[in-house]
Amino acid sequence: MFEKTLSELADALAGGEVSSEELTRAFIERIDALDGNYNAFITTTPEEALEQAREADRRRASGDAGPLTGVPIAHKDIFCTRGVRTSCGSKMLDNFVSPYDATVVARLREAGAVCLGKTNMDEFAMGSSNETSWYGPVRNPWDTERVPGGSSGGSAAAVAARMVPAATGTDTGGSIRQPAALTGITGFKPTYGRVSRYGMIAFASSLDQAGSLTASAEDAALLLNAIAGFDPRDSTSVEREVPDYRGELDQDLKGLKVGVPSEFFDEGLDGETARVVEAALDQYRELGAEVREVHLPHLGLSVPTYYVVAPAECSSNLARFDGVRFGYRCEDPRDLLDLYERSRGEGFGPEVQRRIMTGTYVLSAGYYDAYYLKAQKTRKLIRDDFLAAFEEVDVLMGPTTPTPAFGIGEKTDDPITMYLNDVYVNAVNLAGLPAASIPAGFVNGLPVGLHLIGNFFEEGRLLNVAHRYQQVTDWHRRMPENIE
Amino acid sequence: MSLSPDQVRHIARLARLGIDESEIESYADNLSRIVDFVDQLGKAETADVEPMAHPLEMAQRLREDEVTESDHRDEYQENAPQTEAGLYIVPRVIE
Repeated sequence: MFEKTLSELADALAGGEVSSEELTRAFIERIDALDGNYNAFITTTPEEALEQAREADRRRASGDAGPLTGVPIAHKDIFCTRGVRTSCGSKMLDNFVSPYDATVVARLREAGAVCLGKTNMDEFAMGSSNETSWYGPVRNPWDTERVPGGSSGGSAAAVAARMVPAATGTDTGGSIRQPAALTGITGFKPTYGRVSRYGMIAFASSLDQAGSLTASAEDAALLLNAIAGFDPRDSTSVEREVPDYRGELDQDLKGLKVGVPSEFFDEGLDGETARVVEAALDQYRELGAEVREVHLPHLGLSVPTYYVVAPAECSSNLARFDGVRFGYRCEDPRDLLDLYERSRGEGFGPEVQRRIMTGTYVLSAGYYDAYYLKAQKTRKLIRDDFLAAFEEVDVLMGPTTPTPAFGIGEKTDDPITMYLNDVYVNAVNLAGLPAASIPAGFVNGLPVGLHLIGNFFEEGRLLNVAHRYQQVTDWHRRMPENIE
Repeated sequence: MSLSPDQVRHIARLARLGIDESEIESYADNLSRIVDFVDQLGKAETADVEPMAHPLEMAQRLREDEVTESDHRDEYQENAPQTEAGLYIVPRVIE
């Protein structure tokens, strides 16, 4: 059963081929058998999962089941889950048991989805390799000497190894799309404001957005149907009707205008990866799309802009971890200042500290105009480039990452080398647009992702574009060896 | 622009981060590289550009001034390192 997509498992449950309890037990056994190789989970909750599965089966028996009732999922450990540790990949929150559910968690719980556990991640979602987690790196199921990407690396590896059919993730600067690309699965990031951020531990509040890591675009549509929508508890949640994303999947792509930003094909792009992307574009031409070149002239500013905006917001958001109300507290503080400094110095890892200090610096007196205000302006230039491109085309396509998965330890010496891995994905968050990464082929046995970017709130179109490709290709069906 | 060890100590103090003296040098090196990297923004022409703080043009939503949340103090304090009689305990601030 594990090779089935979430949608297929939902159908199997609806058709009575399997019960949620049987399915849940099977995936729990897979996690027990396989996760020693990958470290994709920080916490598993088998007892709670089986209880939820039995409840789902009762719901189905009484005729009260929805499409997600009884399907197993996992949550990135950035989402607060009532009564279950929510660590955010940090020693700071190793002992934090959330007293409430994030809205994403609550909505999936109400839909009847069964939560198998919480997935590993870069500490506070700050990283592109899952190596900054306090719980150790996650290994890529396609090659365990390589990273799965980050920050949603645990969710990506768990789905790639089919230890769970689908998982939630968050994307602040590519943290869903980049790991999806490196592990050969479908990553989907909705428009900023489409999904509530309530209970999703904040990293950079003007960039953070929840989404999904799944085996197919159809699965992403199924999950988005459940999690999208207005939430009064998130002041940036958008009051806008949620369409049935599954209903739009099958639309014909004839006449679809695809823009390919020439800036994506820069000198940093691996030649083999570029060829995989070209082949995917040919596939879209066969599906009836018109592919043309477009320009995003300020794309080169996106990574430096991101590394001002995101650290600035992070330094403000992470001020709440003070060793007083929850989270880690140092031993025997001498006074209040010592309590703050040592709790934060000992509780946060090096990458989080670097970002807090970068943010503190760019916001500090004398530097604000040169860095933070400047970055807000370059952010506008980047966003306006996208708006201009969407005057001409319906969707943008390119590579998700410059290369396939890199080795564990390969990029940890220089932060800039790591940051540049996100050169194609950061801009999307600065603009706030919806985007996806879908499997499009392989280079030396490692998956390559095709990056799809849509206009504001055109999630349905984007999922449709991804789904049609997946109907005529089988890249998304490929699985790593040794996961049987 | 490179950051001196003293600047790093100052930033760490502002951010209330207790950094080990042995790590100051390596943070100075890393942070200098990051600052050098973001310095390239200085070259962008932005004279007539409005700063953008947020992706969506939206106004702050207001709600009715009425109680919507109930008291969860005891539950929330279960996560606190130290409490007493419903209060959070910190080292003595006023002698």
